[in-house]
Amino acid sequence: MNVEWFVVLSALIFAIGAAGVLTRRSPLVILLCLELMLNAGNLALIAFSRMHGNGDGQVFALIVMVVAACEVVIGLGIIVAMYRRRMAIDVDSVSELRG
Amino acid sequence: MFFEQLLFFVAGILALGGAFGVVTLQNQFYSVLSLIAHLLGLAVLFLLLRAEFLAAAQVVVYAGAVMVLYLFVVAYIGGADEPVRPESGVLRVLGPVFALVLFLELAVAVLGSSLSALDTTGPEVGEGFGSPAQIGELLLNRFLLPFEAASFLLLVAAVGAVVMARKRRGLEEPESALGAIEVAKSSLIDDPEQPGRGARGGTAGRAY
Repeated sequence: MNVEWFVVLSALIFAIGAAGVLTRRSPLVILLCLELMLNAGNLALIAFSRMHGNGDGQVFALIVMVVAACEVVIGLGIIVAMYRRRMAIDVDSVSELRG
Repeated sequence: MFFEQLLFFVAGILALGGAFGVVTLQNQFYSVLSLIAHLLGLAVLFLLLRAEFLAAAQVVVYAGAVMVLYLFVVAYIGGADEPVRPESGVLRVLGPVFALVLFLELAVAVLGSSLSALDTTGPEVGEGFGSPAQIGELLLNRFLLPFEAASFLLLVAAVGAVVMARKRRGLEEPESALGAIEVAKSSLIDDPEQPGRGARGGTAGRAY
């Protein structure tokens, strides 16, 4: 398969993830959609790594996976804290930073 | 060659279907399960791109560990059904339009780019391309600093998650518990012949 196909597929997945971030209200689903976008980036990085024939892009993708895991942990921690404080799990109602 | 194309389309459709499911399914639990299907499809695509180690890491770490974390939180907060933005009609229409425009822009940027190698399957690579040995060598030689930074980031995230998700009253509880013990002790000393009733009565008397 040509590398082009993979890159276009990754663009499509990225666009779907962006649509999800814009239209969903639950922070949990928004995190899932962010995962989609990060994975689309990973796919593009690995496709370009294959195109150039060296492994640098794969190391980048690995680092992106680490950052995504950190983001998930922090995001889920915030959601659990919101639940503990009996707040609505809805991004529209969380509009101030004061703790 | 034919088998490779077939595998690409099967895995691509699985990944795309999973992505659509994440965005459109109402139940959060099903959204997470759909993301797992998406990740498995992506792992097959990684294998087609000769990234064996990343495909394995994707399945084990992402589809395994991270998604279990998601499922735990969905189960914890109840996973109620959520309508896809029912009342605010503007974003509901503009979101998919924006996504479509974004995709068209990215596709034009990719197809119109002057990268001549984009139209090929990539150069011939050796047996060890994308193997754990190659990734490990790169991580410990050329990318040692990003590697260490990533490990530090993981540490910070773990500590941050514990701090954020802990009970807010956690710091005050030991103090009040100690106070209760003190009160109980003193009431025990007051009337040692009736420890049970004395302790209860004494605590009540001092507390209020």
